[in-house]
Amino acid sequence: MTNAVIFPIAIPLTTAVILMFCVKSLKAQKMISLVSAGVLIAAGAWLVRLVDHEGMQKLDVGNWPAPFGITLVSDMLSALLVLTTSMIALACLLYSFFTIDSKQASMYYYVFFQFLIVGVNGAFTTGDIFNLFVFYEVMLMSSYALLVHGGTKIQLQETMKYMVINVFSSALFVIAVGYLYAVTGTLNMAHLAVRISQADNTAVLTVICLLFLIVFGLKGALFPFYVWMPGAYSAPPSAVLALFGGLLTKVGVYSILRTFSLIFRQDVGYTHTILAWLAIATVVFGVIGAVAYRDMRQIAIYNIVAAVGVMAFGISLMTEESMEGTIFYLLQDMVMKTALFFIVGAIAYVAGTNQLGRFSGLLGSYPLLSWTVFLSALALSGIPPFSGFIGKALIIRAAFEKGQLLFALVVLLSSLLVLYSVMKIFIQSCWGEARGYEQKRVAPLYVPIVALLSLAVLYGVGAEFVRPYIAQAAATLADPSMYIESVLKE
Amino acid sequence: MNELILRTVTAVVTFMIILFGIQLFFAGHYYPGGGFIAGLVTAGAIILLLLAFDIKTVRSMIPISYRTLIGIGLLFALGTGLGGLLFDVPFLTHAHGHVMLPLLGDVSLHTAVLFDLGVYLVVVGVTMTIIETIGEDE
Repeated sequence: MTNAVIFPIAIPLTTAVILMFCVKSLKAQKMISLVSAGVLIAAGAWLVRLVDHEGMQKLDVGNWPAPFGITLVSDMLSALLVLTTSMIALACLLYSFFTIDSKQASMYYYVFFQFLIVGVNGAFTTGDIFNLFVFYEVMLMSSYALLVHGGTKIQLQETMKYMVINVFSSALFVIAVGYLYAVTGTLNMAHLAVRISQADNTAVLTVICLLFLIVFGLKGALFPFYVWMPGAYSAPPSAVLALFGGLLTKVGVYSILRTFSLIFRQDVGYTHTILAWLAIATVVFGVIGAVAYRDMRQIAIYNIVAAVGVMAFGISLMTEESMEGTIFYLLQDMVMKTALFFIVGAIAYVAGTNQLGRFSGLLGSYPLLSWTVFLSALALSGIPPFSGFIGKALIIRAAFEKGQLLFALVVLLSSLLVLYSVMKIFIQSCWGEARGYEQKRVAPLYVPIVALLSLAVLYGVGAEFVRPYIAQAAATLADPSMYIESVLKE
Repeated sequence: MNELILRTVTAVVTFMIILFGIQLFFAGHYYPGGGFIAGLVTAGAIILLLLAFDIKTVRSMIPISYRTLIGIGLLFALGTGLGGLLFDVPFLTHAHGHVMLPLLGDVSLHTAVLFDLGVYLVVVGVTMTIIETIGEDE
């Protein structure tokens, strides 16, 4: 069917518009959001199947042929990311039902939620660099609204900082697109790739490539551009934070992955070495932060930074194996970071604080919650049967093959420190004598937590089942000619 | 304070501004103009009313919820896009043609106008929501 690619964008968009008409009835809003999230997952799964059976899907919006109109492209990578996004959206929606109070939820909360999903799915699907910018803005505007939603003092403070840094990076994005357009004369990604491979003035292109690295680094929290993140992510409620932690930075990582594998291949030796150094610095600073803090939220936030570093390092290696590892790790990290923020949110709700050491002994009263912390620690650090293992293993193997022993060792060591940082949450909050918390009803929160964790466990155990899809996605990244041909063919 | 002159002039000028807005809206395909600027000009006319009268009076003159207007505008834009799905052509493919209408005769019509109408309504809705929200805030 012609329009298969549009559904992951059109479904949340339609839902958002419909929700605007029934802001008065919270019950109707919840029902509509829930149905739409279910339909979105079905659409994502259908798209993955379609790409698997019939190859890459593209849609020339408005029936204008490829380099002249906007083209939406769904290769296996986009389709998998869209499917993961829709699953995370459903889980966050369920978590929001139980944690966002009704006064706040009735102020267009679910509308902004849906618009955020529109932005993320659009950014994953688009094949046009300026359209990517537009979807970034859709995503960011909704994230501003969700971040400040509720209007507490800390939220106002941090939204101000978050907005300033993102307005700056968006302006830089436009400037970089302007330069790129001036040099190549096109905005379509596939056409850009062709023009750049024929260009003789590669020095200018390398500068533009680094500008894009700064832009996407600011969005995706690479060192030294991650400084906005610990503050901004400490402000919003857990449901919003889980959505941000699962999706926003990963769009930045995806953009780096797409542009560095498809468009900027003119001087790989220089640009990708810079990316590798930034990635390793990101890993190092991420784990330092994760080990240093006693605040559960900050530990989880610095875990995101460390994971972004690992993925960026995988991208910088540019072999098919490392791409495969990066995609494996990217998908599991989206799910696991969302789950981690859910768990941290549930513990903070029970204990009334994010600070470790003020409470302990959750294991007695909340055995299920405690064991999910334990399980997520194993999955995040990459203990073999769980989901984090294969991705990191592939990345490290690719690094050894390329002879980057030092960097590979840093990534290995970072796993240990990530394990330590999450185990610290487990040991200090779950073990010991029971003190510092109250008996509260958290049963409904288990639904999204257990759903995401079992998804992550199945993903790790059933890696053989997932692997063909991921190999297919990695093959397109390693060999961009497939992408280019299928977009520009008539 | 007596605002007789301001209010009388407003009564005359508002209609001219609205007509100018409509002219800009329909000229958009062949001349400079379009939904965005037309929406701003129309919102400008309503803001002139707000300056001459107070918020309650203007609300009773134009009894529209501007937030709903944003929704309706988005629905128009989205509808023209999703219309493509019915005919199995790509999203946002527009249709056009010459239609013989009674009274008006031969008119060239294009579904892009409906999209533009969506833009127009959203721009009016957003501008007025911003102005009214800030204006009401104590």
